[in-house]
Amino acid sequence: MANKSLQEISLDGLWKNNPALVQLLGLCPLLAVTGTVVNAIGLGLATILVLVGSNLAVSLIRNHVSDAVRLPAFVMIIASFVTVTELVMQALTYELYQILGIFIPLIVTNCAILGRADAFACKNGLIPSAVDGLTMGLGFTVVLILLGVVREVIGQGTLFTNMDLIFGEMAVNWQIVIFNDYPDFLFAILPPGAFVAMGLIIAVKNLVDNYLDEKALANQAEVEVGSKRARVTGKIS
Amino acid sequence: MAFMNITSPHAHGGNSTSRIMLLVILATVPGIMALTYFFGWGNLINIALAAFTALVCEALILKVRKRPISFFLKDNSALLTAVLLGIALPPFAPWWVTVVAVSFAMIFAKHLYGGLGNNPFNPAMVGYALVLISFPVQMTTTWAMPFFLTDGQVLSFSDTLSVTFSGSSPLVAGLSDAFSGATPLDTYKHLAKNETALEILQGPLFASDVSGAASGGSASNWFAGGWEFVNIAFLIGGLALLALRIFTWHIPFSLLAALGTCSMLFGWDADLYVPWSLHIFTGATMLGAFFIATDPVTASTTPLGKIIYGAGIGILIFVIRTWGAYPDAVAFAVLLMNFAAPMIDTYTQPRTYGHEKAKRGLATKPDTSDEEG
Repeated sequence: MANKSLQEISLDGLWKNNPALVQLLGLCPLLAVTGTVVNAIGLGLATILVLVGSNLAVSLIRNHVSDAVRLPAFVMIIASFVTVTELVMQALTYELYQILGIFIPLIVTNCAILGRADAFACKNGLIPSAVDGLTMGLGFTVVLILLGVVREVIGQGTLFTNMDLIFGEMAVNWQIVIFNDYPDFLFAILPPGAFVAMGLIIAVKNLVDNYLDEKALANQAEVEVGSKRARVTGKIS
Repeated sequence: MAFMNITSPHAHGGNSTSRIMLLVILATVPGIMALTYFFGWGNLINIALAAFTALVCEALILKVRKRPISFFLKDNSALLTAVLLGIALPPFAPWWVTVVAVSFAMIFAKHLYGGLGNNPFNPAMVGYALVLISFPVQMTTTWAMPFFLTDGQVLSFSDTLSVTFSGSSPLVAGLSDAFSGATPLDTYKHLAKNETALEILQGPLFASDVSGAASGGSASNWFAGGWEFVNIAFLIGGLALLALRIFTWHIPFSLLAALGTCSMLFGWDADLYVPWSLHIFTGATMLGAFFIATDPVTASTTPLGKIIYGAGIGILIFVIRTWGAYPDAVAFAVLLMNFAAPMIDTYTQPRTYGHEKAKRGLATKPDTSDEEG
């Protein structure tokens, strides 16, 4: 686990060990608020903020907290960062704060964050922890946005509605109406649709992984043809 | 010369999946004819559209799954799902409702679970529940009025087509309002909040008989709007299947018995609750009891299990119809009992001949328990 290069850490967070697609953590906010892209981005940014902050703080105190009380300490740290995030959102993006509602305080219970604190930050230094928090958060956010895109297009027939809630005045006209006169497809807006979309995204990821594995296997086989080993039977120690 | 060692049974009835599916489809014909007679061309158009969509989706997903396409298309199961959905959807439902329901049923409810025989939920009902949840307006207001309530006028085939495929052209939209509405069950339930049974039954949907003449609003007319004949037609088709031993009596009869008992227990006060005659003879009751609940893949399979399964559906239909927000309940009731079917099967395994019944808990397999010790 230790001595991973920053690249490996990033790859883990974004793809190999993606909190949403592989660890399947934090499903509650993932499925509940991804009805539109703007909600997804809002929650994603908040999660990144908390994840980086808590990873940094946990990494800083990792040598001063005894094992017995580490989890309560981590939760306290995470809760503090969530409170900070909540206050920031209240100040800057009040409407989005109201739309996301209970799911901002609920970031505290997002297992992905406590999971990273306990599995990574408390065993690694400052910079790897920060990178881990950032890439894990980004990986989570990308999946959130993907789900938001799928559900907004299928559910309402629009894309980037209400983006001004985050990006201010300049984003007022960002809304793209894909289908005119579209009857709302409630299934995609409701949580069951989120489960189905999530399943499909995971399926696509597995497809890509299988494809990459097969390709790697094919390459490997070619290399072994030129093996110089003379003895091919018997026990190879 | 080597003889093949085949265990019993040595003779079988020659049934195949495609033959059974075809028989079930044929058995829906009386019901479809009654639907068409009373409510116009809508359901026929739905069925045709659904069948086309189902075959296309099935072929596509089989191609993706790298399975033999013509082999599976010929087993008629996709066609049966399409026919059931075409019957169940409202006659004037827009075309995209049908397409969404059928494609979701085929791709998600059937093939993502592994295809015919592996799907835990009835595909037709999954598709129906999906569109009912997603498009509540289109699914509750596009039911047809029976022909005798529209002064004998029937929406012509081409008009029905344009209602289905455009829905918004002004002339047709104006017509459509007069020709469509809510189902009797829905109507009764909503009126019962304010009116007494006698008042409700004087409404046109209940009081007029097939000739179109108002039967004076006497409380003797406990049936509604042609639906009773549709249900009787489905009952006839279902009984024919029963006679052909396509399914056993357990599920349909326990379903109807449970629904009848519940609705009679509550329905003695017809001012508050929908009377039993409407529960049994309107809506999708007979279709559900004989054609949907008996799906061999998703239903319970043991004799006692079938009775519990059917009764569960009957009770759930009554509960959801009475206290739920949706006009009919067969889809949700069937899906909920589909969830329960594996557990019901586990606990109702019949005694094997020559073995004792397990005194309590599950019967253990005697020859494996020792080895695992």
